[in-house]
Amino acid sequence: MRYVIFLIFLYLQVSLQSAQAIEWEDEQTFTGTQGTDTLRVISSTDTSVFAPVINHFLSTNPRVKIEYRVASSAVIYREFQRSPGDYDLIISSAMDLQFKLVNDGYAKQVPELEHPDWAQWRQSLFGFTLEPASIVVNKEAFATLPKPESRQQMIEVLRSNPDTFHGRIGTYDVRESGLGYLFATQDARASETYWRLMEIMGSLDTRLYCCSGDMISDLAAGKIVISYNVLGSYARTRKDIADKIEVIVPNDFPNTMMRTALISREARQPSVAIQFLRYLTSSQWSEGGAGQVALPPLRLTTADTPITAISLEPGLMIFLDRLKRRAFIQEWENAIIQ
Amino acid sequence: MNAEPVHTTGSLRNRLAFTLIGGAAVLTLLFYFVIRNYATQIAQKGQDSILQASVTSVLDAAAIRNGVVEIDIPYAAFSMLGTPTDDRVFYAIYQDGALLSGYDALQPALLETDTDTVFQTRTFMETSVRQVTASRPLVGVESRTRITASIAQTQDSLAGTLSRISRNAALFGAGFFALAVLLSVWATSTTISPLKRLADSVGRRGPQDLSAVAKPVPTEMVPLVSSLNSLMARLEKSLKQSEDFIAEAAHRVRTPIATVRSHAEMTLQRVDKEDNRQALRSMIRAIDETSRAAGQLLDHAMITFRASQHEFQDVDLLQTTEETVLRLTPIADMKDVQLNLKGDHAVTVSGDPILIQSVVRNLIDNALKYAPGESIIDIEVCDNPVPLIEVRDQGPGFPLDEMDTLTDRFTRGRNASDTIGSGLGLTIARDVADAHGGKLVISNNATGGACVTLSF
Repeated sequence: MRYVIFLIFLYLQVSLQSAQAIEWEDEQTFTGTQGTDTLRVISSTDTSVFAPVINHFLSTNPRVKIEYRVASSAVIYREFQRSPGDYDLIISSAMDLQFKLVNDGYAKQVPELEHPDWAQWRQSLFGFTLEPASIVVNKEAFATLPKPESRQQMIEVLRSNPDTFHGRIGTYDVRESGLGYLFATQDARASETYWRLMEIMGSLDTRLYCCSGDMISDLAAGKIVISYNVLGSYARTRKDIADKIEVIVPNDFPNTMMRTALISREARQPSVAIQFLRYLTSSQWSEGGAGQVALPPLRLTTADTPITAISLEPGLMIFLDRLKRRAFIQEWENAIIQ
Repeated sequence: MNAEPVHTTGSLRNRLAFTLIGGAAVLTLLFYFVIRNYATQIAQKGQDSILQASVTSVLDAAAIRNGVVEIDIPYAAFSMLGTPTDDRVFYAIYQDGALLSGYDALQPALLETDTDTVFQTRTFMETSVRQVTASRPLVGVESRTRITASIAQTQDSLAGTLSRISRNAALFGAGFFALAVLLSVWATSTTISPLKRLADSVGRRGPQDLSAVAKPVPTEMVPLVSSLNSLMARLEKSLKQSEDFIAEAAHRVRTPIATVRSHAEMTLQRVDKEDNRQALRSMIRAIDETSRAAGQLLDHAMITFRASQHEFQDVDLLQTTEETVLRLTPIADMKDVQLNLKGDHAVTVSGDPILIQSVVRNLIDNALKYAPGESIIDIEVCDNPVPLIEVRDQGPGFPLDEMDTLTDRFTRGRNASDTIGSGLGLTIARDVADAHGGKLVISNNATGGACVTLSF
């Protein structure tokens, strides 16, 4: 199938790593006190971030046992398509890939779950967090510099201090990171400023990261001093570095991502999966976790779509188009790799 | 009066109603399907035009750069396909028959001309989709190529719209049908009502009323009514002829009978031998019976004639009764029967004086006939609650099981076989009562004996 070939081409590095057996970034089993009903979850969210959520769920649902596996959103997308029967619940920050899974009929509809229209699609894909793409800076490095509150200000600060920032800027490698690609494409949709910023970042020899963890570690260690389009929630989980970094949500056009979950059409434990999904979408975890959970919950009380949220609409699939992606990556490479 | 059972071949009313309601049902179904079909087309057109806009924007984005086809699909091309029911979207882009991008399983439709746009409804990924296919030629520096794009969308939203429209159309149809049923029932009963009125008016007629139907009737009923009228005219004529004949016959035999009776009586005076006297007495009895019958036949004929004349005037029932009692007293004396008339004031009824006189005479005559010797006949005339005359004798009374048939013509009670009578007495009384809109009630006294009540 050409489509699969195209996907393999897209995620070449990842595919080479794990042609047959998936090498999960992390794999953990959480068991309730009488855990018997196994729920197989694959997620792009680090275990450390998500563990409090799961533990809180298990405290009220002791019969459930959750197998939690972590991979990048691109791997999840490919692996789930390969064997949809092996997983019950799929959680990913790459809204576009999740959207496409639903569009292509891999998800189970959950009509009984009530959720605001803007935060769900086809009663299959449910957003449960609302996380803005942020600029994260190293506090020490910015002690004497103005902190950029917008992309424009970031351009200015980079341009006026090329020596400080040369080789010390980080962002996602959109060729590898599904979330990075989503943020980049939505940025590019919103404004031309994005391309100017990429030009500047390219000229300052920006370091590209596959994953947020490495980027934030490097930021805390001072290897880089500013990173663009990172999830603030990830930075905030790291208590050890909390005093070293600062998360800034750009005030010009913040892109806000919804972490979404879907239930496999071939789920073995659909009722348990629905139970867990209901728990996630109800945002109970944000109250119950009491400060332990860094994920910003969806504000269910607001009936209107948050202006900045990336909407769940067929347009999301546009940038997954082979030609469109090729053109975008081309342009992005031209800008950032110089 | 029991009529012969009439053979029926269904009901006109039902036939009419079923035809109208059936027609309405057919029209309703037609209405429903036409509306639904029309709505489907319109809704489908809506989806088609969005699909067309989408495929056009995809094709417009195609360009050749450095000899390679690039398609910078605008975000809006898919965003515009968002629906409230979150319909799924599939697409495929081909360059000269080779897949460039999208779902390889989505086969484009065959285009006949370059500018052709083809819409089709098909099954893709186990669901029904609406697919649009269009193409556009691209001319590069040294090549010429053709880009064909297909965009397909599921039809959940359309199905929702359709089911909503269908439901509304069904509701309208049901309402329309209910209205049509009501109208049909109304129209049917209106159409049938002249027939029912005619049947009622003919049914309500008295037994002697054979006049033509005078009320106006719808033209469709004219043949029926004129046949009915002519039938009744012929019937009346033949009835009258036979009544005339009977009256004439009775009249003609009366005088000879009287002559025969006087001769028989004279002979009885002269004959001494007991056997012969016995024979003569039997003869006289028979002659009396015959004479009485002839008289009653005459009475009956007269009643029939007079009842149709309706020449009513005020008649004092008490006075008429007093006169009759006076006239019949000699006969009563002969049988040692006492006629006891009760009545203290005039009771006025509107009627034919001769008929009333005749009926009173018949009633008392009847009582006299069955009354045993040395008994009393009570006759009461009063007007409470209605004008009535009641005659009670102390005879055998009526046989209970024959009460219903006793007033038929020529029927006599089982126990009356040894009494002179034609069987016409009560018939005459009933006919007179009918002619005056009154009622004849026969019963037996608690102490024995018959009781006849004629009320006006």
